[in-house]
Amino acid sequence: MVSVCFYFQVHQPWRIRHYPIFDIGHDHSYFDDSKNREVMQKVAGKCYLPANQAILDLIHQHDGKFKASYSITGIALDQFEAYAPEVLDSFRALAKTGCVEFLNETYHHSLSFLSSRDEFKEQVALHRKKIQRLFGQSPKVFRNTELVFNNELAHTVEKMGYKGILAEGADHILGWRSPNFLYRPKTTSTIKLLLKNYRLSDDIAFRFSERSWKEWPLTAEKFTSWVNAINGNGNVLNLFMDYETFGEHQWESTGIFDFIRALPHFIRQHPDNDFITPSEAIRRYPAVGDLDIHHPMSWADIERDTSAWLGNRMQQEAFRHLFQMEKDVKTAGDPALLEDWRKLQTSDHLYYMCTKWFADGDVHKYFNPYGSPYDGFINFFNVLNDLQHRIREKQRFVSSPPGAAVVGSA
Amino acid sequence: MVRILMYGWEFPPYSSGGLGTACYGLTRSLSRKGAAITFVLPYYPGTSDFLDIVSANITFKRVNSPLSPYLSSARYRLLRGGAAAPAIYGESLFDEVYRYAEEAKRIAAETEFDIIHCHDWMTFMAGIFSKHIKRKPLVVHIHSTEFDRTGGNGVNQHIYDIERRGMEEADRVIAVSNYTKGMIMRHYGIPEWKISVVHNAVEPKSPSLPSPLQRKKIVLFLGRITLQKGPDYFLYAAKKVLEHDPDVLFLIAGKGDMEHFIIEKSAELGISRNVLFTGFLKGEELEKAYRMASLYVMPSVSEPFGITALEAIQSGTPILISRQSGVSEVIAHALKADFWDVNDLANKILAVLRYRALPAVMREHASQEITKFNWDSPAQKCMDIYRELTGR
Repeated sequence: MVSVCFYFQVHQPWRIRHYPIFDIGHDHSYFDDSKNREVMQKVAGKCYLPANQAILDLIHQHDGKFKASYSITGIALDQFEAYAPEVLDSFRALAKTGCVEFLNETYHHSLSFLSSRDEFKEQVALHRKKIQRLFGQSPKVFRNTELVFNNELAHTVEKMGYKGILAEGADHILGWRSPNFLYRPKTTSTIKLLLKNYRLSDDIAFRFSERSWKEWPLTAEKFTSWVNAINGNGNVLNLFMDYETFGEHQWESTGIFDFIRALPHFIRQHPDNDFITPSEAIRRYPAVGDLDIHHPMSWADIERDTSAWLGNRMQQEAFRHLFQMEKDVKTAGDPALLEDWRKLQTSDHLYYMCTKWFADGDVHKYFNPYGSPYDGFINFFNVLNDLQHRIREKQRFVSSPPGAAVVGSA
Repeated sequence: MVRILMYGWEFPPYSSGGLGTACYGLTRSLSRKGAAITFVLPYYPGTSDFLDIVSANITFKRVNSPLSPYLSSARYRLLRGGAAAPAIYGESLFDEVYRYAEEAKRIAAETEFDIIHCHDWMTFMAGIFSKHIKRKPLVVHIHSTEFDRTGGNGVNQHIYDIERRGMEEADRVIAVSNYTKGMIMRHYGIPEWKISVVHNAVEPKSPSLPSPLQRKKIVLFLGRITLQKGPDYFLYAAKKVLEHDPDVLFLIAGKGDMEHFIIEKSAELGISRNVLFTGFLKGEELEKAYRMASLYVMPSVSEPFGITALEAIQSGTPILISRQSGVSEVIAHALKADFWDVNDLANKILAVLRYRALPAVMREHASQEITKFNWDSPAQKCMDIYRELTGR
């Protein structure tokens, strides 16, 4: 039996506008509304709308035997509401089929788990509420930003009541073992771990249109033959990828939509194959062994660690300063301040400061609105300084005698 | 073995700019690759000792002429914004150029060579004459154009004509960057196929430790104080920075025709206390200036390459360079800005001074990146060009 489990990540950051040092203390608007609108509407047209239509069609064509799961960040949902409400409607239509599972993650696509357990839990709760409100589902499976994972996370998430958690099927943690089974993280007792089969996932997400790849062009038949080969030595094939693979990373002209429309037909030709959601996988299959993962791993780069976000000193400083503000931000009692602080936690902002391979010019560049990691850092740090300024203003206001505060604010 | 008749106009230690540094690095690497070079220079008294030890494969010949490399710029009377463009270049300069060319004829006649390689316009007539006498291929190497030196404002027609004629008569034009290549195509109508880009480099140097003086906030401008180098933009950015941080020192190292204007301007802006002029620096002083700086700024209006940026990195100093420069094509680990964007310059200067992680990461990566640069690769590209043109 091979159960194919699709999980698509849907995310868009709130990109920061050009924010020069001179704006600190004067201008508290940080985000580039027109850029964010433009990107969202572009990606909606190229990816989200046609891809959702394709998935909906597949569910109908296969009488509910085709299934998929999504993790949509809170800030992507917010931007759908603001700039592309029709995308939200199309996700709601998917939710109504009963064949689509929505996963839980941090609302702001943050790496908060690595710094503040409290903030992490608050963001997960916010996201949970949002999913419940929009899609009427209470997620049972958790996926952390960038698939960052270790024992500690599994332990925390289990205590929060989740039945399953997603991670990267990295070679350095699996060794001889296969990603096509469920595992149990060390230090947990019930939660099950679903691991990304990165070879087959990346064949679609990264290599699909790569003409120098020996398997190009990738057809649904060929891919199905690789899936069938798992039969007998695996239970679940976890195909985890960015949803933007469809139409954005792989353009429509590459044939990516034809591929996904054809795939379920070929997969289901084999009587032992089916499609499954993460929750179903957890109910149906046992954990075959323990996995012991101390250092945080992720789904990024060959290193599969956190170095894409926290690899250099600029990133580490930005991250440290950001979370140093937590207590002050939260005691300030200003919802706008809190929300801005959280939007800055989005991992993309740290990713833009990544200097790995920068001189070689590579994938990282495509997703980077800045010309260089240094520009990304300067802009972010300027904003962070303004945030600090706002906190100080608040504190001054709060600590002043009531009468004086009224005068000062009038 | 290819024999090159090379015409230059400056060579260390008697050089005041990147051209001499480039000629030195290039010829040394060419000779290591087995090329025999006859290098013709304007005569400078007392240069022989130094030049003779450079390499056995290089023969120096001197033309008895007081040509000096940036003579042209020394005569600039044109300040930015000035409407009148008086005669920038005196008649005597052109006399010297032609006299150099006449002398070159004599040298070409008595020298055995396979190819001629000229560096910048003052030697182009010499190159053209030599080509006509001996019917050997001519390579002209463009380290800067009249458009760079004048910022496009008040281009000297006579110089332009010489530059253009040199490039037209040349069998190959070498540009020190894609930026310069674009310039050559746009302003001189030279077809793309005739142009090869050969980026400059630096001689590898062991990395130096940051100077203890680096604890002070010092921002360095180093180059000729001329319109081309954008010292005025440096000053306007300084003014902007000082409004936010009065504790910063701005060092202007170099000489040039805009010096007085810049000194007066800094007084007018009320920032003289924070702007220091060191005059022309070389050797150890130069190295020290780089090392004590928190940041090297090169706000050039038009910079064909900009070797100083590489030198600053070698001294462990982060750099902020104009996007209108050749070096910005080859260095990733630098801050870049449009020279005219004073706000962006100031924003980046302040960020380097305030956010300590920024210079730390830049320094670390740039000092790695700089190890890719040495004169071997440009020399190899030149050797390939010679082979193509001479068949040997």
